[in-house]
Amino acid sequence: MSGFILEMKHITKTFPGVKALDDVNLQVEQGSIHALIGENGAGKSTLMKVLSGVHPFGTYDGEIFYRDELCEFKSINESEEKGIVIIHQELALIPELSIAENIFLGNERAERGIINWNETILKTTELLKKVGLNINPQEKIKNIGVGQQQLVEIAKALSKDVELLILDEPTASLNEEDSANLLRLLKEFQGQGMTSILISHKLKELLSISDHITILRDGQTVSSMSMEKDEVTEAKIIKGMVGRDLANLYPERNAEIGDIYFEVKDWNAFHPLDTGRQILKDIHMNVRKGEVVGMAGLMGAGRTEFAMSVFGRSYGKKITGTVYKEGKEINVKTVDKAIDNGLAYVSENRKEYGLILMDSVRKNLTLANLNSITSKNLLDLHKEVKVAEDLRQKMNIKTPTIEQSTGNLSGGNQQKVVLGKWLNAEPEVLILDEPTRGIDVGAKFEIYKIINSLAESGKSIIVISSELPELLGICDRIYTINEGRITGEISAEEADQEKLMTYMTESGREEA
Amino acid sequence: MNTLKEAITNNVRRFGMIIALVGIALLFQILTGGALLTPLNITNIIMQNSYIIILAIGMMIVIITGEIDLSVGSVAAFVGAVAGVLLVTLDLPVYIGIILCLLLGAAIGAWQGFWVAYMNIPAFVVTLAGMLLFRGLTLVVLGGRTIAPFPGEFRTMSSAFLPDISAGELKLLTLLIGGAASLIYVIYELQQRRAANYYNFNTTPFALFVSKILIIILVINAFTFVLSQYQGLPVVSLILIALVLGYTFVMNKTVLGRHIYAVGGNANAAKLSGVRTKKMKFLAFVNMGFLAALAGLVFASRLNAATPQAGQLFELDAIAAAVIGGASFTGGVGTIFGAIIGALVMGVLNNGMSLMGIGTDWQQAIKGLVLLGAVAFDVLSKNK
Ligand SMILES: Nc1ncnc2c1ncn2[C@@H]1O[C@H](COP(=O)(O)OP(=O)(O)OP(=O)(O)O)[C@@H](O)[C@H]1O
Ligand SMILES: [Mg+2]
Repeated sequence: MSGFILEMKHITKTFPGVKALDDVNLQVEQGSIHALIGENGAGKSTLMKVLSGVHPFGTYDGEIFYRDELCEFKSINESEEKGIVIIHQELALIPELSIAENIFLGNERAERGIINWNETILKTTELLKKVGLNINPQEKIKNIGVGQQQLVEIAKALSKDVELLILDEPTASLNEEDSANLLRLLKEFQGQGMTSILISHKLKELLSISDHITILRDGQTVSSMSMEKDEVTEAKIIKGMVGRDLANLYPERNAEIGDIYFEVKDWNAFHPLDTGRQILKDIHMNVRKGEVVGMAGLMGAGRTEFAMSVFGRSYGKKITGTVYKEGKEINVKTVDKAIDNGLAYVSENRKEYGLILMDSVRKNLTLANLNSITSKNLLDLHKEVKVAEDLRQKMNIKTPTIEQSTGNLSGGNQQKVVLGKWLNAEPEVLILDEPTRGIDVGAKFEIYKIINSLAESGKSIIVISSELPELLGICDRIYTINEGRITGEISAEEADQEKLMTYMTESGREEA
Repeated sequence: MNTLKEAITNNVRRFGMIIALVGIALLFQILTGGALLTPLNITNIIMQNSYIIILAIGMMIVIITGEIDLSVGSVAAFVGAVAGVLLVTLDLPVYIGIILCLLLGAAIGAWQGFWVAYMNIPAFVVTLAGMLLFRGLTLVVLGGRTIAPFPGEFRTMSSAFLPDISAGELKLLTLLIGGAASLIYVIYELQQRRAANYYNFNTTPFALFVSKILIIILVINAFTFVLSQYQGLPVVSLILIALVLGYTFVMNKTVLGRHIYAVGGNANAAKLSGVRTKKMKFLAFVNMGFLAALAGLVFASRLNAATPQAGQLFELDAIAAAVIGGASFTGGVGTIFGAIIGALVMGVLNNGMSLMGIGTDWQQAIKGLVLLGAVAFDVLSKNK
């Protein structure tokens, strides 16, 4: 025995036009938590897809040894049989089915094709208890939050007698509390002998939980470190990832803040289905010219709902309230009116609301402002290519060509395409909803720089984020929201994480 | 070496359906002992399939938005019946009758589009209802009888040819049109290339560029040359060419077209990008109604009668044509040109099998298999 539960040797994987993995080696010790880290598009997800048989044997070069046995997985089923389970970057639960149905999907508790519901529910209850979830197994997935969905995914993995659990950015869409909960759970499972591979862009959590770290860059292994033996620091990891030192996590800011430019008053909205439930209550907020304003709140506090309801009434029913730009009331009742009035909203959910995955990077980049590529009212494809190429360079989007389908890009690069699309719309007021979700440290820095330069050019920016350090690092002023109400307003100098946390959980307190 | 292989596989993917069409045509040319590709028969294929081509264009756009229309056959029949009443029973002037019928078609499309786009009723249900509704109304309008014959002018649309300007063996006007079309095409391509150079893009190598142009000129002129050996270009082929060029232009060159693709690709993302998704779906149905009316008129004109049975199974032919031509039911993909190729595949199959004397029973069965085979080929070649 080598002590390694998994050894991947000389793995090379190419897609048309991209060498995603180039002679990668990975060794994972039995019973450890192994972190995999690297820039967007470095090949982390691809490596895990090779391991789990999503990219079947024969489509890659190299060898995989699992428990010292050479494995040639042709499908996910084969790897799952060995106890290797992957939870993908994009959750793969079916919203209309119940938790129990989802957990046992493809693995039904059945005899001669007839499902034994009692056993299914019973087993589900047990599994949910293991992951610390206390909800009805028959609840539909669409009715529970993202954090809980992530735990359901883990319960699903547990149902398959997992020995090696792979989690691809499990905490990307979770708030701090849910993230901490999930990591605690991983530690607990480790105590019971489970091995896991964890992909994440959140360095702090990796440092706190993992035993080993492997860094990928441009499809190659740059280094593999052990927490015990090597002195691992954030700076060291970042250097390995981006290939250079990154002195600051947040760029210098020197935008000049002007008068109030954009203002929302008396904003109320009700739930779209359950119209008796008020989701947003009397929200007042404003942004000055050149200012970056943050919105902090827990999951479900109503931040996204607020942004979407303002942006062309894309969320909610019975919406009341007024929106002002430079003191004049403006009409934002439909999305195209909102865009015409200089608003842009970058969704937190890029797959569903941000991108047309089947379409090329080029078409996605120009969609929100087709006027930018028309001449004499007709689309000018040459102009479009030019605009798209410029954006690709400006946003540093990693793709072989702008004709690639966005569905084939790595998660972080998809996010950059969404941002690029809205930059191209040349908005005056930019609402960014979790703009750095799933983005590596280097690219985050780039995005902060873009936000700053937009502010410097006099735009007003609203940032919704669940990462408090990020809000503190890039905002001038922060609103906190809880249960659909503004509970506080603090300038960035006065704010710290604890203060924000208290306001975020308090109800109805108004700060002068 | 590798690039050559790549180029071939890429082109097979891109031109797969054209290759299939050429293959099927050659196959029947051999099986029928040369009867398929005669001037007379090619003229026939165009005239017999004109209404399916018209419907396929509309259906392609509806499918691109992610919807479906099952009612087109019934709508075509209904409009044909109304045309019978207007032109034969009421004796209205032909062009007024035609305009009224086209407006009626658009209104029917608006009715269905309203339910689909604004009331969120699934298109499958709305148009299934429409299929029954308009078939029923056809019977009501006709009182179960057939109205015939139409005035001669009305028949021009489907059965006449371009007048000739000389008395030779070949129809000179048709040849001239082929020449003119080639010239316009060359100018267009040169312009595109100039624009690409202006933006400093890599253009295709000059040799490739020239050979592409030569092939297309060859195809255009071979087509007009063959037709000019018979009666020349049918009037209906001009309608078809105008539709193909017009719709291709709209879908590729206008904001409207881009928005239609976006709706089918991801309606949520499109909506948040400022696309009026409901309006786009609505317009797709209005357009479908309009084209169904046009197809109904062409069909009635060709039959020289308005009959209660007109248009049966048209919806299936149109859907099959769109799907063979590269449409996907998830929406967001497909081209007008593809729809034409798809319709021609179906048309050549019908015609070839009829020439061979195969009964309609077997024709149906074979068409079913070809539909499945064509799409399977397409899907599999894309998965590679
Ligand atoms: N199916 C595919 N077809 C073509 N290219 C692909 C495909 N899947 C991944 N790629 C490319 O392979 C490279 C590695 O992608 P991968 O998803 O593994 O990155 P990642 O490290 O997981 O990044 P992220 O942190 O953004 O999720 C990228 O350049 C991506 O565009
Ligand atoms: Mg990834």
